[in-house]
Amino acid sequence: MSGAPLSSLSRSALHDRLVSPDGLRLHIGRFVTSIRSRHAQVAEGLATLYADYRLADDDRFCDYAVEVGRGDGLRKFVRPQSLFRFEGMQPFKPLPGDQAFAMLEWGLNWVFTNHAQHYLIIHAAVLERDGQGLILAAPPGSGKSTLCAGLALRGWRLLSDELAMVGLEDGLLLPLPRPVSLKNRSIDIVRALPGDPVIGPMAHDTAKGTVAHLKPPRTSVEEALTRVQPRWVVLPKFEAGSECAVQPMGRARMFMSLVSNAFNYPRLGVTGFQAMGRLVEACDGYTARYGSLDQIVPALESICSRPA
Amino acid sequence: MNRRTDRHLANTLAQPGITADFNARDWEALIGQARTSDLLGQLAEVLRDAGDAVSVPEPVRFHLDAALRIAALHRQSLQLELAVIASALAVLGEPVVLLKGGAYAVAGLRAGRSRLFGDIDLMVAKASLDPAEGALFRRGWRPTHLNAYDQRYYRQWMHELPPIEHFTRGTVIDLHHTIVPPTSGHIPDPARLIADARPVQVAHCPDIFRVLSPVDMVMHSACHLFYGELQKGLRDLYDLHCLIGEFSVEEGFWAHLLPQARAHQLEYPVLLALRFARRVFGTAVPEAIAEECDRRLGRRWTGALTDHLIDASMYALHPSSDSTWRRARRHILYARSHWLRMPLHLLIPHLAYKAFIHDEARVG
Repeated sequence: MSGAPLSSLSRSALHDRLVSPDGLRLHIGRFVTSIRSRHAQVAEGLATLYADYRLADDDRFCDYAVEVGRGDGLRKFVRPQSLFRFEGMQPFKPLPGDQAFAMLEWGLNWVFTNHAQHYLIIHAAVLERDGQGLILAAPPGSGKSTLCAGLALRGWRLLSDELAMVGLEDGLLLPLPRPVSLKNRSIDIVRALPGDPVIGPMAHDTAKGTVAHLKPPRTSVEEALTRVQPRWVVLPKFEAGSECAVQPMGRARMFMSLVSNAFNYPRLGVTGFQAMGRLVEACDGYTARYGSLDQIVPALESICSRPA
Repeated sequence: MNRRTDRHLANTLAQPGITADFNARDWEALIGQARTSDLLGQLAEVLRDAGDAVSVPEPVRFHLDAALRIAALHRQSLQLELAVIASALAVLGEPVVLLKGGAYAVAGLRAGRSRLFGDIDLMVAKASLDPAEGALFRRGWRPTHLNAYDQRYYRQWMHELPPIEHFTRGTVIDLHHTIVPPTSGHIPDPARLIADARPVQVAHCPDIFRVLSPVDMVMHSACHLFYGELQKGLRDLYDLHCLIGEFSVEEGFWAHLLPQARAHQLEYPVLLALRFARRVFGTAVPEAIAEECDRRLGRRWTGALTDHLIDASMYALHPSSDSTWRRARRHILYARSHWLRMPLHLLIPHLAYKAFIHDEARVG
């Protein structure tokens, strides 16, 4: 992964690339993605949150080309929209113009989830410490991203806040570090954490409420090609006012919980079943109910420091 | 659109050797076009067959490999579905003809290698439609179009029943009784199609499946493409290129193709198929047949216009090969497909219903 980081581009050079036919070409994990957009918010979000990502060399094949457009015809000028395109296709309905950066993030999630079929893909945050991987698997609303942000700001290496990508052959976790998506109150909670959090553009009144993203730590971005052995699976559940309760979880329950959070499990057939089996064999599972980050972070760090 | 890259997909499928001169941008156009045309698996097969003759850059290989993996999984699930379907339909005591993608796959044809498809298309004699549908209902398939208008549209006018979907696995089956809508005015003879069909062995299935004879298979593929909406024009034409290439060595294929299509009143789409397969993929067609093709198509007064319109659907819907004018021509083709499917006295009320009433009806 050669090439200068995006932060080496001036704002006008960044803009020029974003509107050029080839787009802004960045290494995101193992993929090169071309991004095109005339939305100022997309440029701002990229400059803030993707500053450490490397620019791809000109002769490198681009894996995925995406665009956040402003709409067709008059829409380009009157109340522009955010229109996500992938290879000319439009997988989603347009959003309001001021949600352009969030649209880019959601669109990229969709692209990676639907096209990288070498992996069992689970909806989960993934972090690494001492060479061992922690998978936080849970449905939306369980505080997974906030917890993930909290751990990343304490020095855990962020692999992803959305997608656990488990290699079908080697069983290792493929990093795909991207900005951590935060919603509503968790934006202020994360902003107040130590570790100098950098937060990108805010999108208000989205389907998920107010959304903003936390910049991934630089070391996470730079080590994005180093795969990780999975070691712990935790199902977090935030409940306001709750005491902290971390309980071991049996392998059968761990298996079924991961299946219910997996995107492509049915599609992978026997291969998916085997990969999931290997993952569950390699990991200790826990459920974790908690009422604040102050409780859960030390509890998780104590579990994850026990010798294997 | 880019004139230099806009034919990369068709040209590479026909002659993978041209990729020797490709730079990163060429490969991007090729993969993007294949992805948007549902031809990534087929492209991966062609490049794999070319072996050492073609050197594919490592990052490109990743996407081809992904397509081959998906296709292999797709094939496994097809086998499982066919086993269930066979055990459901064995009671009919009649042959069940597999059509299109499913047929290409089980018959081991080149057209079926790593080709993805959504629905499983089956054909039975018209008298067996109801018992066949009932037998599939008992195995968990459910109607998808519950509204009375849609049910009548399919059952009264179309060549197939409304699609049925499995309530847990989501597999969709289209049950046909013939190969073109009877309202199109072309009346092929389904009894003869079924009688001419050839047995095909499917693992773990009782011996009920058939596939159309080579000539009928080409004819059906051509009807599907040129009487349809041409939304997947390049993919469907590539099917024809593969089928024709593979069948052309069969005894009597060329001698029977046009006469048999004429007997089924389906010569026109076959003529178009031969013309466009030659033009886009360089499919080998005997000189005499090619000449006959041009002569007969040249007699039609709409020939040049139709030709120009269809040409637009033979490019991928990808930024590297798409243009406003090509999109406009595709819209006209979409309208044309409805015109070909039904006479005006049925089509106008049908379109009016779809435009003004249908959404409301769906709520209830």
